[in-house]
Amino acid sequence: MELTRRNVMLLGSAALAATGLGALPASASLAEDEIAKLTGGAETGAGDLKITAPEIAENGNTVPIDVSAPGAVMVALFADGNPTPAVATIKFGPLNPSHEASTRIRLAETQNVIAIAQMEDGSFQRASAEVKVTIGGCGG
Amino acid sequence: MISRRDFLQVGMAASALLGASGVGNWSRLAAQQALTQEQLLEFDTFGNVSLIHVTDIHAQLKPIYFREPSVNMGVGDNKGAVPHVTGAEFRKLYGIADGSPSHYALSSGDFSALAQAYGRVGGLDRVATVIKAIRADRPDAILLDGGDTWHGSYTCYHTKGQDMVNVMNALQPDAMTFHWEFTLGSDRVAEIVEALPFAALGQNIFDAEWDEPTELFPPYKMFERAGTKIAVIGQAFPYMPIANPRWMFPEYAFGIRDENMQAMVDEVRSQGADCVVVLSHNGFDVDKKMATVVSGIDVILSGHTHDALPEPVLAGETIIVPSGSNGKFVSRVDLDVRDGRMMGYRHKLIPIFADVIEPDPEMAALIDAQRAPFEAQLTEVIGQTEGLLYRRGNFNGTWDDLICDALLSERDAEIALSPGVRWGPSLLPGQDITREDIWNVTSMSYGEAYRTEMTGEFLKVVLEDVADNIFNPDPYYQQGGDMVRTGGIGYRIDVSKPQGDRISDLTLLRSGEAIDPNRSYVVAGWASVNEGTEGPQIWDVVESHIAKQGTVSVQPNTSVEVVGA
Repeated sequence: MELTRRNVMLLGSAALAATGLGALPASASLAEDEIAKLTGGAETGAGDLKITAPEIAENGNTVPIDVSAPGAVMVALFADGNPTPAVATIKFGPLNPSHEASTRIRLAETQNVIAIAQMEDGSFQRASAEVKVTIGGCGG
Repeated sequence: MISRRDFLQVGMAASALLGASGVGNWSRLAAQQALTQEQLLEFDTFGNVSLIHVTDIHAQLKPIYFREPSVNMGVGDNKGAVPHVTGAEFRKLYGIADGSPSHYALSSGDFSALAQAYGRVGGLDRVATVIKAIRADRPDAILLDGGDTWHGSYTCYHTKGQDMVNVMNALQPDAMTFHWEFTLGSDRVAEIVEALPFAALGQNIFDAEWDEPTELFPPYKMFERAGTKIAVIGQAFPYMPIANPRWMFPEYAFGIRDENMQAMVDEVRSQGADCVVVLSHNGFDVDKKMATVVSGIDVILSGHTHDALPEPVLAGETIIVPSGSNGKFVSRVDLDVRDGRMMGYRHKLIPIFADVIEPDPEMAALIDAQRAPFEAQLTEVIGQTEGLLYRRGNFNGTWDDLICDALLSERDAEIALSPGVRWGPSLLPGQDITREDIWNVTSMSYGEAYRTEMTGEFLKVVLEDVADNIFNPDPYYQQGGDMVRTGGIGYRIDVSKPQGDRISDLTLLRSGEAIDPNRSYVVAGWASVNEGTEGPQIWDVVESHIAKQGTVSVQPNTSVEVVGA
C-alpha cells in the first residue's frame, strides 16, 4: 500500500476514540474529576510526555495539538475550560512505530489542554499547555 | 585566555554610542556642523563577517520625523528592563547627554525643539548611502530586512507594495522575513515572493491545512563568508492571523514554534554553521524569552516592537539587536567567527539623520520615480497642526487622539476605538498636514471605519482582551502592539493585574457617567480583523475631519489612569 500523508494521518488517528457526551457546566474541577476517574486517583508525575500547542490559538474552532508519549500505552486529552472536558483517548499498540498523535480540537475560551499518559508499567504521567483564545486585533 | 563571555562584554563596552554632544546647538546649521556623515559611519571594521539590519520601514521612502515613546511599560520579568525605559531615565542608563543627537534619535523629551535643530530622519536614499559605505568596508556584508516593509504609505497602498519592492530590490538584501506584507493578501504575497531576488524566510510560516512547512518560505539560508558558514533563520510575526485579518491569508499558520526553531538551529549546526543569526519579527520581549528557551542562537536581529537601543542586549549567550523603525536606523554588526563559533562582535546603531547623510543619487531618483505618478495627491495640503502629532506610547498619542476625534464627529458615535499599532511618523507643531501624512498613519488594506453598537459589558471585554495582549507577564502571550486607543471614554488600568481585572472605572466622558454594562453604545472604529466590515476608509474620515477644522488642536489626553507599573 502506498502511504500518502492523508493515509498516515488516518492511521495515526485510527486509534482516536471520541469520548464524552452531554453538556455539563465548564469547570476546572470537572476535568480534574474525570482525570481522577481515569487514574483511579493515582499520582501523575512528569516524564517524557510532551504536549505541543500554540500559545495563542489562531482559530479557537480548530486548534492543532500534538502529543508525544514515548513508552505510553494510552494518552487521554482534556480541555479544562470546555463544557465537555474529555477530548480524546489514544491507545498505542506494540506495533505503533512512534507514540505520537496529532489532532485538532475546539476551545471555547482560554484554558489548559491536559494530557494524561498511562505508561507500560501502569503509572501515569501528566503534561499541560495553556492555550489562549483571544478576539484579536491591534498587532503593531 | 579570553572567554567567549569576555569577548561579548568587550564587544558591548566597545559598541559605539554617538559621542558628539549637541547641547546648545539650536539651529539646523549648527547641528550639521556638530555631526558629520563620517562620524555617523565611523566604525573600526572588526572580525570577518558583517551583518546589516533594517526593519519595520513601513514604506517610508522619504525622510520623516519620528518621536520615540515616553510611555513603554514592561511587565513581569521585563519590568524596568530595556526597552521599557524611556526619556530621561533612558538617557541616564546609557549616558546620553541631554540635547545630544542620541537624545533626539533614541529617546523622548524636548522632541519638537530637537527636531527643529536636528531635522528629519530616515529616507531610503540615505539608508542606501549607509549600506553602500558599509559594503565599501566589507563587500560581502549580509543585508537583512526584518519585514513590515511593504506596508504603510499612500504609494505602497496604491501599488500593492510594488514601490517598496522596487526600491528594496535595488538595495540588494540577502534575506527578509514578514508581517504586514501578508495583509496584501496571500495571492499578492506569493506573486511578489516568487519573483524576489533574495530569500524569503520564516521557520514559523506553515501551511494552515496540514500544519507543515511551506515551499515558498524556507526556514533558513546558509551564507558562506570569509570561509565560514553563517546560517540566517527567519522568524515571521507569530500572531499574524490573530492581530491581522486571517481571512486575507487563510493558507498560512504561524505561531512562535520555538521547538521548530530549536530543530532548525540544530539542523544548521549539523550542516556546519559556524554562526546562527535569527532574523526576527517576534518583538523584543518575545525574542529575549526565545533566546533563553532555544539554545545555539548567536545573534537575534529584532524587529516588530520598533525599539531602538544603542547596544545589543545579552540574553544567555545570544545578543539581541533591535533596529528601530520607519527607516530611522541601520544596524551594523561585525562578527568574529572562527573555530565554529562566534567569538566576539562590534555593533553600531546608525541613526539616519537626513540632513547629515548625503542621499544616494541613484536611489533618490528611483524613489522619486515611484512617487511621481502620485505626486499631486501626496502633496495636497489638507490642514495644519497646532501641536506635535505622534503615535507611539502604550495608551495614547496625539495622532490617535485626532483619529478618535475624527471618528466621533464624522461617524456620529459616542465612543471611538483606534488600533494600537506602532507605525506612523510624527508631525511638528505648525506643520502642514498633507494627504501623504494622513496615509502614513492610517494606510492599510482593511481600513474601513465601522460604526456599530456594543454593550458596556462587551466594551470592557474588548479592553481586557487587548490589555492582555500587551500586559500579559509572559512575553509569549504578547502580540507586540500597544493598547487600543479610545475616544469618548475614560478608564483606569492596573497593568499588574490578570486579564479581567485590569480595567475599571469606565466612564462615558460626554456625560461623566459610569459605563453601564447593560446599555448599548454607538462605537466607531477601524481596522477590524473581521471579514466584510463596512464603512468609509479611515483616511477619508480623517481627511474630512481635518479639512473642516483647518488647523487641528489636540487637547492633552488625561482619560486613561494607569496604575501598577
